[in-house]
Amino acid sequence: MIPGYDVHAIRADFPILADKVRGKPLVFLDSAASAQKPRAVIDAVTDFYSHGYANIHRGVYQLSATATHAFEGARDAVQRFIGARDRREIVFVRNATEAINLVARTWAESNLEAGDEILITALEHHANIVPWQMLGDRRGTRLKVAPIDDRGEVVLDAFEDLLGERTKLVAISHVSNALGTVNPVAGMIAMAKQRGITVLVDGAQAVPHMAVDVSRLGCDFYVFSGHKLFGPTGIGVLYGRLPVLDAMPPFLGGGDMIESVTFEKTSYAPVPARFEAGTPDIAGAIGLRAAIDYLGTIGLDRISAWEHELLVYANAVLGRIEGLRMIGTAPCKAAVVSFVLDGVHAHDVGTALDQAGIAVRVGHHCAQPVMDIYGVPATVRASFSLYNTKAEVDVLAAAIRETLEIFR
Amino acid sequence: MDEIRELYQATILDHNKKPRNFRVIGEAALHADGHNPLCGDKLTVYVALDDRDRVVDAAFRGSGCAISTASASMMTELVKGMTTDEVQREFEIFHHLVTSPCDEPVDVESLGKLAVFSGVREFPMRVKCATLAWHTLRAALAGGAEVAKTE
Repeated sequence: MIPGYDVHAIRADFPILADKVRGKPLVFLDSAASAQKPRAVIDAVTDFYSHGYANIHRGVYQLSATATHAFEGARDAVQRFIGARDRREIVFVRNATEAINLVARTWAESNLEAGDEILITALEHHANIVPWQMLGDRRGTRLKVAPIDDRGEVVLDAFEDLLGERTKLVAISHVSNALGTVNPVAGMIAMAKQRGITVLVDGAQAVPHMAVDVSRLGCDFYVFSGHKLFGPTGIGVLYGRLPVLDAMPPFLGGGDMIESVTFEKTSYAPVPARFEAGTPDIAGAIGLRAAIDYLGTIGLDRISAWEHELLVYANAVLGRIEGLRMIGTAPCKAAVVSFVLDGVHAHDVGTALDQAGIAVRVGHHCAQPVMDIYGVPATVRASFSLYNTKAEVDVLAAAIRETLEIFR
Repeated sequence: MDEIRELYQATILDHNKKPRNFRVIGEAALHADGHNPLCGDKLTVYVALDDRDRVVDAAFRGSGCAISTASASMMTELVKGMTTDEVQREFEIFHHLVTSPCDEPVDVESLGKLAVFSGVREFPMRVKCATLAWHTLRAALAGGAEVAKTE
């Protein structure tokens, strides 16, 4: 038990958790793909569209000023949430994927040349692999990959050895989406920074589960999606250290990112507006702010503690099931269990669990290289969040046993 | 989990566990690779024709879920002895079976053993698993130049 943590009260904040699926109570164990939304977020978006909506940064009328204030207030909330020193370091994007592509298209395009190296880890999501491969096709940069061990942890000695003369960027996930491994990013960032290497951290799987302080971490970029943080889809965040961000050329061209435009020459707006061309997802930012405020009322430290309890319980309960093999057993993990069942393909498991009202992710989790390392085509991934309970772990375990029985 | 037993009928579970014709046919055979990128199912279908375009042998190799494995296994059994035109007709019957509305009656007579796949209609996410082998067989008969993908 976590003092003051009332999971049933928290569940009551999420309308969808009272729903039934196939006549059974929904057991939602796929928050790592996208988290459910608390009423506070749903209401914030509805209220904004009902009573506060106008475009921002333009109108002289009151409604536009109020909307602008709400949007910029969301930026302040994000700044405080991740410990950024300056509100200008927060750029609103669509999601973590777009944030990484933005860095690849702007910072990397203007700072890297043929033969330069980008170091990632073998745990990365496709979103932190493919943009660097595309950059390589355009610029001749090379991708280096730090290996992981049997437990799904980055081999730190190998990581450090790969930091070479030509390494210009380290791009690493804070938490693995496929296995749940929490990477020791503070140490990895320090190794890179000692050598003057720029660092990007993909925090999509970290921010919903632990307090993050980007200033203390010392990375140059930190990216995450709003929808995994209980916010709306379509809003995400790129944090960039101010001097780095300030030196970057624009990403998309259009309105809102300019200072002045003539047909001869355009001068660009200062950051963050330089990277926010066109009308942004205003309601998304406002919803994200509501999500951050909601998490603040519970406290991320308490959420981490609760999720850790769920993980320990899940490991114990699922570990007793004969024929279940855990994939990724790092000692420091977020509340994610990835597993395979003897003789049952992950997709068949997913369909069977769905019958019991259990939503899990099956497949390669946008991390095919991780699957290849473990020699499995796919895994079943149950990811736990602040609203999950031990009783749900029991429902999962019972359904797994029944599935094994059917396919025996 | 009654619906699950409805989907995974004994025949399907049996073919999944002991897939028939799970082998490679030598160099003379037509073959094609099939890939379901969403699921990671991958298989290769081999087919040998005689000089009158009749299937004299069909086989497959690969890895996939129970639905795709059983579908491939039963398909290789079914098409042996058929002409390529008959295979095409069978493909259409099967495709219709797994994509038709759930309340449409199943014509067991024309489907034969394939009728066990009628449960797939209730699981739209799994239709591609059931049809992968069939798409791959068609690609093999067409020359096998490209990797077959489900839809």
